Amino acid sequence: MKGYRNYFLNKLLWFLVTLVAAFILNFILPRLMPGDPVAAIVSRLAQGMSNTSGVQAIYEQYAEQFGTNKPMLEQFVLYMRNVFQGDFGFSFSQYPRTVADVISSSIWWTVGLQFPAIIIGWLIGNTLGALAAYRRGTFDKVLMPISIFVSNLPAFGMAVIMLVIFAVTLRWFPTSGGYGFDLIPNFSWKFIWSVFIHYQLPFWSIVLITIGGQAIGMRSMSIYELNADYVKYSRLLGIKDRKIVGYVFRNAMLPQITGLALSIGTMVGGALVAEIIFSYPGLGSTILTAVLGQDYPLISATTLIITLMVLLANFLLEIAYGFLDPRIKAAQAD
Amino acid sequence: MKYTIQQIFQSGKFITGFSIFMTILLIVIIYPLVIPDPPLKIIAQGTFFEPGIYVNVYDSINTPFYTLNLDEAADRRIANRLGDEDRQAIKEWLVGNGMPEAEIDPANTEQLLDQWFNNFDPTVRLPGMTNADRNYYIRLNNNIQGLLNTSGAVIAELDEETAVLTEKATVPQSAYVNVNDVPNVRVLPLGTDNFGRDVLTELVRATGVSLQIGLVAGSIATLIGLVLGLVSGYIGGFVDDTIMFVTNLFTVIPSFVLLILISFSISQEQRGATTIAVVIGFTSWVWTARAVRSQVISLRNRDHVNLSKLSGHSITHIIVRDILPYIASYVVMALILQISSGILAEAGLSILGLGPKTTDVPTLGLMMNWAMIYQAHILGKWWAYFPIIITIALIAFSMNLMNTGLDQVFNPALRD
Repeated sequence: MKGYRNYFLNKLLWFLVTLVAAFILNFILPRLMPGDPVAAIVSRLAQGMSNTSGVQAIYEQYAEQFGTNKPMLEQFVLYMRNVFQGDFGFSFSQYPRTVADVISSSIWWTVGLQFPAIIIGWLIGNTLGALAAYRRGTFDKVLMPISIFVSNLPAFGMAVIMLVIFAVTLRWFPTSGGYGFDLIPNFSWKFIWSVFIHYQLPFWSIVLITIGGQAIGMRSMSIYELNADYVKYSRLLGIKDRKIVGYVFRNAMLPQITGLALSIGTMVGGALVAEIIFSYPGLGSTILTAVLGQDYPLISATTLIITLMVLLANFLLEIAYGFLDPRIKAAQAD
Repeated sequence: MKYTIQQIFQSGKFITGFSIFMTILLIVIIYPLVIPDPPLKIIAQGTFFEPGIYVNVYDSINTPFYTLNLDEAADRRIANRLGDEDRQAIKEWLVGNGMPEAEIDPANTEQLLDQWFNNFDPTVRLPGMTNADRNYYIRLNNNIQGLLNTSGAVIAELDEETAVLTEKATVPQSAYVNVNDVPNVRVLPLGTDNFGRDVLTELVRATGVSLQIGLVAGSIATLIGLVLGLVSGYIGGFVDDTIMFVTNLFTVIPSFVLLILISFSISQEQRGATTIAVVIGFTSWVWTARAVRSQVISLRNRDHVNLSKLSGHSITHIIVRDILPYIASYVVMALILQISSGILAEAGLSILGLGPKTTDVPTLGLMMNWAMIYQAHILGKWWAYFPIIITIALIAFSMNLMNTGLDQVFNPALRD
């Protein structure tokens, strides 16, 4: 266990560094853009107002609220303090709800949907990919073209196709929402069942997309491993196929974990768009309403939360990788 | 060089991908030459017209008629005009009148009408039938009688002053027009969209714009990635550390989030297709930089590079002459992938409502966004969204195939 300490500390340090970078980017990007965001907001609000002193008053009020009239550094300190207090201000489009309130009501839908979907898609995809590499033949010939085509479908495309087939044509599942529109969230069987039914389509469309990409990667990894010397030697020794496949799977899986860590951001992005297709009440739909309502505080907070989630997922994957790869343990023990 | 190209074109995967891509590209180039309509022109009054051939009714009346005596014409006309609801109503009445349900087949028009004429009696009051229902059946009966009428339709002209209708012509039921004679026929192979635009024309233009966005975004990303990767990999040391730090940062911070933040900060009016492409390019160079760097590191200490160093060539010279040719194939493959992911990124952004401004040009993402906002998928208007998904998937698929093909040519270890 001691050997891991440096590895974990190293990863934790990197996690904190990226976290700070994420805060800075989230703060600085909108402010780097040409044009004054407050002026843009005020000009939208004050459309048709002819009273210049009124417009001026609105402008000053918003400038005060965002602190844009203060120097950059002071603004940043203010921003960090607010973030750590969980205070993101009021949402423009859903006033008088606060941004923190809007996000806390949608974040669990997204976490509950995407986390299991990506994990399960990853597991199924890797198993199928390894099987395809090991069996070759018809299984491989059928599975691979399908996987390649599916992995090239954008996530929202898969979502629309699933929606049209299973919700509109077959009517097995509802078309939109996270639960029946006639229900109020509570702990009754009826509500849980409704959530479960609404969960299926978004869940499976993310799973299917993930399967496609993972299966292809795992297949080529496994083919590469199957040609390795240790496999030939094991075969020569007469070790059972099942056991060899176990070794191969474990070795081929390590790059796949790194791959997942590197691509999780893209996956989450795609899945957020898929959420919109199903009007799932998660962060994806929150972004859409924020964009449509020109809700600057909400956008800023939502993107920050998504970044935090992705960074955290990345960190956890790195930790898991440390446990799975014996080379890391060996390297740290030296 | 010639040999490499020959080898590339022997790879089945590359050829398949290349043909699909070239077909798409050719359609994008040739279609506007044949049908030069502006893609965003609203031609239809109303939303989501079904795909089909639209023949001008007014013109077809003034076109010479041909008489064709076709046996099945009358049956088809009646079958077409008799809606599902009416058939169900007929069945209900017949069942109510005491006919066994098994004998009635609402899909069989001829039998159904026979049964109806033999049994229907307007004076009969079925148990439980309201007066409104009875009147409905009488109306239905009259309608069906009218359908069976064999006299033609009269075309009349309205005299503006006296408001008297004068008969101009009679159109018998066996009259046909040749579509070639009608001056105004519009083929809408994919119908119209929610704004009443021709979907096919729009889609072709959108594909072109999206390909351009992909090309611009991909080129920018590849260029930045290439330069950073070369510098970082070849020079090493502090420069490498700095560049790798930034690269690692942007690998974990999702580019999607950066895209949203930047696009949102640029106001809608200033967000042209080019701006979006540039923004996508500037947020997606990370992969290329990492990959190029690792390639360069493995090349850095090769003999020919060392020889070049000893000969006193400048860093630029070494990078351009001794390293670039070795990673050129790799860069081309990275570019192909970047183009296809740029197209996908634009589509994702547009669905979020952060795409290019809507008044200029259509893009695949914008078309998808419109179809989703107007609920084409729920309303069953497949032509408004399905061709777009297929186009995006085909572009990505063809690029991926080309990439895999190239990979197999350049990395013999991957050949099956």
